Amino acid sequence: MTAAAEGAPAFGMTRARRNALLQSESVQGFALISPTFLYALILLVLPILVVIAHSFWTQNYLTIDRTFTLENYRAALTEPIYRDLLWRSLYISLMVSFFTVVLAYPIAYFISFHGGRHKSLWLFLITIPFWTSYLLRVMSWKVILGYNGVLNSGLMGLGLIDEPSTALLYNSSAVIITLTHAWAAFAILPIFVSLEKVDRTLVEAATDLGDGPIRSFLRVTLPLSAPGIISAALIVMIPTVGDYVTPKLVGGKDGVMIANAIQAQFGKASNWPLGAALSVTTMLIVTLMAGATVVIIRAAQRLAR
Amino acid sequence: MPERPRSERPQLERPMIEIHNVTRSYGSFKALDDASLTIKEGEFFSLLGPSGCGKTTLLRMIAGFDNPTSGLISVDGQSMQGIPANRRPTNMVFQSYAIFPHLNVEQNVAYGLKRLKLAGSEEKRRVEEALAQVSLTGLGKRLATELSGGQRQRVALARALVMRPKVLLLDEPLSALDKKLREQMQVELRRLQQAVGITFVLVTHDQYEALAMSDRIAVMFGGRIAQVASPKEIYQRPVNRQVADFLGGMNFVKAEIVEENGASLVVDTLGFGRVKTDKPKAFVRNGGAATLGIRPERLRVLWDNATAKFEVAGKVVERHYFGEITHLIVEIPGLEKPLSVTETNDFGADDIPVGTSIRLAYDPDALVAMAD
Repeated sequence: MTAAAEGAPAFGMTRARRNALLQSESVQGFALISPTFLYALILLVLPILVVIAHSFWTQNYLTIDRTFTLENYRAALTEPIYRDLLWRSLYISLMVSFFTVVLAYPIAYFISFHGGRHKSLWLFLITIPFWTSYLLRVMSWKVILGYNGVLNSGLMGLGLIDEPSTALLYNSSAVIITLTHAWAAFAILPIFVSLEKVDRTLVEAATDLGDGPIRSFLRVTLPLSAPGIISAALIVMIPTVGDYVTPKLVGGKDGVMIANAIQAQFGKASNWPLGAALSVTTMLIVTLMAGATVVIIRAAQRLAR
Repeated sequence: MPERPRSERPQLERPMIEIHNVTRSYGSFKALDDASLTIKEGEFFSLLGPSGCGKTTLLRMIAGFDNPTSGLISVDGQSMQGIPANRRPTNMVFQSYAIFPHLNVEQNVAYGLKRLKLAGSEEKRRVEEALAQVSLTGLGKRLATELSGGQRQRVALARALVMRPKVLLLDEPLSALDKKLREQMQVELRRLQQAVGITFVLVTHDQYEALAMSDRIAVMFGGRIAQVASPKEIYQRPVNRQVADFLGGMNFVKAEIVEENGASLVVDTLGFGRVKTDKPKAFVRNGGAATLGIRPERLRVLWDNATAKFEVAGKVVERHYFGEITHLIVEIPGLEKPLSVTETNDFGADDIPVGTSIRLAYDPDALVAMAD
């Protein structure tokens, strides 16, 4: 009887404590993010850990030797072929993000500042190319840039060139052109969003203080849309470094990128550890490059003042 | 553009802004309908009216953000037609202040000076001077996001004043501030305007703000300018019921015109009997009827056996307490609407029971005739 009486409050207390714990904000927060968190853990963190682990092992014909080694990294960083491919991938992705942002900005600006009542219609029209498969869009660039392609026959018809140019397709420029087109919408949207947030009165205030349209754009609109430019550049840059379909289809031998080499290691060459080391190296370098891009754009924004 | 020497005090009579028959239409809607107005140099001028009366449209057309459909605007004798906003000798304080969020206070104030390519020390001196004018010395390095509403407003003022414009345009600059700060800023703005001697054009829907700060006021309704006059004249001699009503409480009494001559008007009323009043300048007779108006504070309660030369008798039907004053609603036999009276509480107006019969004294000069 007494034992029960003594036990009851203790039990009640733990329950109260448990309830308090369950109702605390952090627990509720974890509960809310747990589906996404688990998803990210299983499909993102685990595979990356597997890849990192592989990069320190050695392929031994059909089996994998699990003794720790840095040999794969030595190969990835010092073999000229991988160094060249990595540099080329970085160059292509930088070029692609530069051209995409430069071409997307005027479109986003036009929709945001002059779209009037039809802003959503314009945005909708921009998504239309995405209704077809990515492969089809790449193939159509082949049709445009090819030896007997639209561009060559057009230029010949105009008498600007005598014979079809082979400089258009199967090189890194072709990869840059195709990727720039493919990623346009992904750059337009973030820039559009950041331009929408620019208070139009600020542009009026700049005009009132003596700025013409170009100066007020450079001093107010452009710096205030920098967050959109940064996210557009990153959204385009990060995935393009690792793209391998586009170089495979329009890149020829001059347009091969690091992802093609990684794919080969995991496929035909069947050297997973080297492929993993190449992947990790690429990831690290892309991270550095993305960080550098943010720093550079921020610095440019500060200079614009 | 040569700078105006600061020693040269403005002569109040020189016109600074001239607005000739300006109309602004949006399709069939006329935001501004044939407005004409002259604002003098060094004047604190207010455009007063309810929202949608065209006051902001007019201000934006002076600034150059909008263009008249027809008519002409000139500033300092120079036609503004075809001159873009960035080349006009006007600067604006926006309703939202429009402080550049990516710049600090100093950079905000120096924004317009950059284009003038001043020497670094001269630019710094002018920024410091402008910040001192609005009592923001020492806050130069703060970001706009770290400022309070009142401080942002001061930055907007400094940013415009530093340009030494011929005209400073203020678009409802105090509407976002709380009551106490607003009253403080009214005094400061007025003081600042007198110190710099620049022509100020203020847009507001707050009649007290306009009355407290302006040299002259233009009252606007539905795209038209109803009256342009000094605050006192606008308040005491409104040209019509609309203006009278907008400028605060006003009792309206129906009147019959008995006699009309050059300067005065004799009318018959039911409550106040036969009254002789000044004829307002803009009075246009419209048949035999007119309206007499009297402000609630111009009616005084007569206590005990006190008498006055002019008085009306009635009965208190409602009483509302407002701290320093009491609002009495007094029914007068013969009047179709009861009179509203505001009385200070010095003698116990807040204790007059509803239903009491009282007598009210008035000054016939306080009765203003308005065209119907």
